[in-house]
Amino acid sequence: MRKPAVFASAISFILSSALAGVVTAETIHEERSKYRDITVTEVGNRRCLLFNVHRGDRNQTCVLINDKQRLVFDYTRMSFAGLLLNDRPDSILVIGLGGGSIPLTFADLFPNARIDVVEIDEAVVNVAEEFFFFEETKNMTVFVDDGRPFIKRAGIRREKYDYIVLDAFSGDYIPEHMLTREFLDEVRNIMRPESVLVANTFSTSRLYDHESVTYQRAFGEFFNFKLPTTGNRIIITQLEPLPPRAQLVERAQSFADRLEKYGVPILRYPSRLSTRVDWDMSRRQLTDQYAPANLLRGN
Amino acid sequence: MSDNSSSTVPRAIVAAMAFASGFCIMTVEMLGARILSPYFGGSLSVWGSIITIFMLALALGYLWGGKLSARKPSAITFAGFFIGAAVFFIPIIVLSDAIMEPIFLALEDPRYGSLFAAIFLFFIPTSILGMISPYAVRLMVRNEAHSGQMAGLLYFISTLGSAAGTLGTSFYLVLWFEVNQILWGAIFTLLLAGLVVLAAHYYGEDKVRTHTEAVNRA
Repeated sequence: MRKPAVFASAISFILSSALAGVVTAETIHEERSKYRDITVTEVGNRRCLLFNVHRGDRNQTCVLINDKQRLVFDYTRMSFAGLLLNDRPDSILVIGLGGGSIPLTFADLFPNARIDVVEIDEAVVNVAEEFFFFEETKNMTVFVDDGRPFIKRAGIRREKYDYIVLDAFSGDYIPEHMLTREFLDEVRNIMRPESVLVANTFSTSRLYDHESVTYQRAFGEFFNFKLPTTGNRIIITQLEPLPPRAQLVERAQSFADRLEKYGVPILRYPSRLSTRVDWDMSRRQLTDQYAPANLLRGN
Repeated sequence: MSDNSSSTVPRAIVAAMAFASGFCIMTVEMLGARILSPYFGGSLSVWGSIITIFMLALALGYLWGGKLSARKPSAITFAGFFIGAAVFFIPIIVLSDAIMEPIFLALEDPRYGSLFAAIFLFFIPTSILGMISPYAVRLMVRNEAHSGQMAGLLYFISTLGSAAGTLGTSFYLVLWFEVNQILWGAIFTLLLAGLVVLAAHYYGEDKVRTHTEAVNRA
């Protein structure tokens, strides 16, 4: 007899905790795309993009309407740490558009660079254009496509990119085919020795170990970039050996002024780039044959 | 309705093999997305391609299997479906890159790329597996009165097998094994199913013959 009451209170608890995160923000746009529910909220001058809000996802990306260039999230800023390894990219590939703040910042920093953005969900492209000030330019093109076939094709055409950002793993379903060793080998195919790969990945769960092992097998040593203020872990690597710390510090100093308006504290980054192995190296590498990333994340 | 060769395989064995077939169909279907994603990505359309091709292949299999069952239904043909499907699953393992790469190069649109890849990889073995259900119904039916009941029982069991194959593969098998190991597992399961049917057929025939001889002697 008491069961319905317990059930009802459980439901109201879930509802109230789910709503608590957004209750103060005004929803200005809602859309259900092929892949997810997209919500745009606004509170004060802060406008945010959320995926699958009813499942309690965090903000994907936010923009300050009165200071559009400022990057709001740590992981977005951290994506520019790759400049410490390659400071003059002429061609940039960003997998995963979100609100578009990463490609917009690149376009602003390097107006002459060719920027290709790959986003699987057309609705995300529309929302980025309508609400997050994103627009294609003569140098910046958005491809509505899956990242893996896009990179495979670029490799076959022998195209190379100087700076590659993998940011396809936000949201609550992980594209397992973009975590595998074979995929990373295809990414290597579109890199020059001095190109840099910046991958926004997972810092928790068993997946952290599996993913670290996979990157290590594909690239050898890589920079593991974590900040205490964010749950994201950024992997930064290149084909040639990683540069010494002194060079990172020097580059950071030369970039500090240019990155200030975006809020990227690049001077603090070199000391955070670690090559220390802090994962279980006995874990199995992820391959096209074995990549139960979504199950591993849950365990 | 006269009793014929269909009686050589006990109903329980026919039903159990239909369960195995349902299990293997869904195991391979669930792995389909994993097999295609390196070339065609993980978009919704890739799942659409796979499900469409499995549905079409099964539909044709039902039609052909039903037709075949009208002419001299035999346990040997029934066993042949399992063995044939097992053999045609092997190219999914050994030829998948050779099949998908030219399609990937020829078709830029991943929707049609995945559709054609699904046809070449999955259509033949799945349609052979589709022939099993109507044929199994024929082997289980002894008279018109219970034919509907037998069909219902058979679809109940084979669909249970499909449910088990879907859940088992997506929850556990992909966590424990590599894709190709699971596919080999499905192949050996189907081969074993075919052999069990053959064994039951010949053992059953012996029994029938012994029984007839005993009756004749008496």
